[in-house]
Amino acid sequence: MNSNTTPILELQNVSRQFGSQHVLRDITLAIHPGETLVIIGESGCGKSVTMKLLMALLKPTSGNVLWSGSPVNTLKEREISQRRLKYGYLFQGAALFDSLNVFENIAFGLRQNTDLKDQPIHDIVIQRLQDVGLPANVCNKKPAELSGGMKKRVGLARAMALDPQVMFFDEPTTGLDPIMSDVINELILRTARQRNVTNVVVTHDMRTVKRVADRVIMFYPLARIGSDDPQIVFRGTKKELFDCENPSVSQFVRGEAGARIEELNAA
Amino acid sequence: MSSTTPVLPGESIVHLIGRATTSLVELVGDIGLFALCMIPKLFRGVPSKRVFIPLCFQIGVRSVSVIMITGGFIGMVMAVQSYNQFRLLHMENRLGAMITLSLVTELGPVLAATMLSGRIGSAIAAELGTMKVTEQIEALRALGANPIQYLVVPRFLACLLMIPLLTAVADATGILTGWLFSTEILGINGFHYWHHVNKFITAWDFLSGLTKSIFFGAIIAIIACHRGFNSEGGAEGVGRAATEAFVYSFVTILVVDFFLGVFSNSLYYLIWPNPLVTG
Repeated sequence: MNSNTTPILELQNVSRQFGSQHVLRDITLAIHPGETLVIIGESGCGKSVTMKLLMALLKPTSGNVLWSGSPVNTLKEREISQRRLKYGYLFQGAALFDSLNVFENIAFGLRQNTDLKDQPIHDIVIQRLQDVGLPANVCNKKPAELSGGMKKRVGLARAMALDPQVMFFDEPTTGLDPIMSDVINELILRTARQRNVTNVVVTHDMRTVKRVADRVIMFYPLARIGSDDPQIVFRGTKKELFDCENPSVSQFVRGEAGARIEELNAA
Repeated sequence: MSSTTPVLPGESIVHLIGRATTSLVELVGDIGLFALCMIPKLFRGVPSKRVFIPLCFQIGVRSVSVIMITGGFIGMVMAVQSYNQFRLLHMENRLGAMITLSLVTELGPVLAATMLSGRIGSAIAAELGTMKVTEQIEALRALGANPIQYLVVPRFLACLLMIPLLTAVADATGILTGWLFSTEILGINGFHYWHHVNKFITAWDFLSGLTKSIFFGAIIAIIACHRGFNSEGGAEGVGRAATEAFVYSFVTILVVDFFLGVFSNSLYYLIWPNPLVTG
């Protein structure tokens, strides 16, 4: 990572609320080309919302989202749609299209955005399936016939089909067994190494943090901090994360409930 | 808007009516804006046949049996209910005219649309609602597809094409069963039956009924897609979207049917100010 280069993605003083519920407040962060940034934090603290803001799938209530230095809110809808193709997104539940089989799911982006004929599309789909370690005979299966780990891998193959520059992973190992989690972590590492892809990973799995992170930031739920406190409670490397003495951070890293047990007992 | 507006503590009936009215106006406005968003996308090329043909099959072919049952029984019920009244006036030979006219102008389009808003509208709302809550709609956007273009436009066009055709099937089945019941069971002479049908029914009646069904198809598609796109809250939200798609479509179909009926009559008398009085 080179911090002198223009960030490939940037949030400047971004806030986001849904109705009266504030989820993000005054978030500023920059993601540089080639790095793997891991965003950690409790459920409901705004990690996934941050990724959707970075991908321009959501609009901020205030503040700016910048893609390679250009504010997204100055771009036209069609331009956003075109530039968004440089970004791949692995959704938490994979979000495979139920009505399409595995082949059509992976080919979807290619059919929508390129003039490629059937044979080159077929070749790319098979290559992407191989990249994620799945055999070609899953092509005709519907998403409902796949296990959780296979769905995630097909979702990754679909997101990688258009050769994105940035990959977003929304809780990639949630709900998977430890072995499949490690397979997914390995695939995240491979995409970063082999294709020089910038990765943004949202997780609360510390094994994922240990394996893939170059840099880590930690969010804290707004409901648990004062109105003047920053929502990002940690920024640093993974070594700094595991050495951090801030109780809000260290309790999360070690998986200790701390004061929450007392709250539970008092309830 | 929720389908029921709960009374809040300390709220008077005036507040309640005000809130319900505001919710209704918001809902109608939101559906209107949704439809306006779709209109420019209608002109950005035809939908892919990979998407459109299965939808037409799902909406059209799979609905033929229920539509034939609906149309068939309407025709026979009309004959049963009207026969005694017509017989008292010694006008039973004109039963065919009444059955056919009612079917093609009113009952065929409205009852077919009601049936299809239950069958198709709810299915579309549930499918899109599930896609919404499982992030599939966001996945479409992430993969460079416009969800309105990819999901709404083909469903809208398929409903616009298929619902008038299904209405024609309902009309035809109702006319057939009405004729069979009248002539075979009620003993009405077949020649007189069709003679009066020819005398009273014009192409205008058929066309006004089929034109209505085009509007009904558009209403079913837009409301169902809107409810699906706005569903939230997991399985419960999807179920609510499916129910709302049916209820809102049904109410809108009845309201629009009234105004289209008034408009159709006004247009008829504008074109033919002195219609031939037959009898």
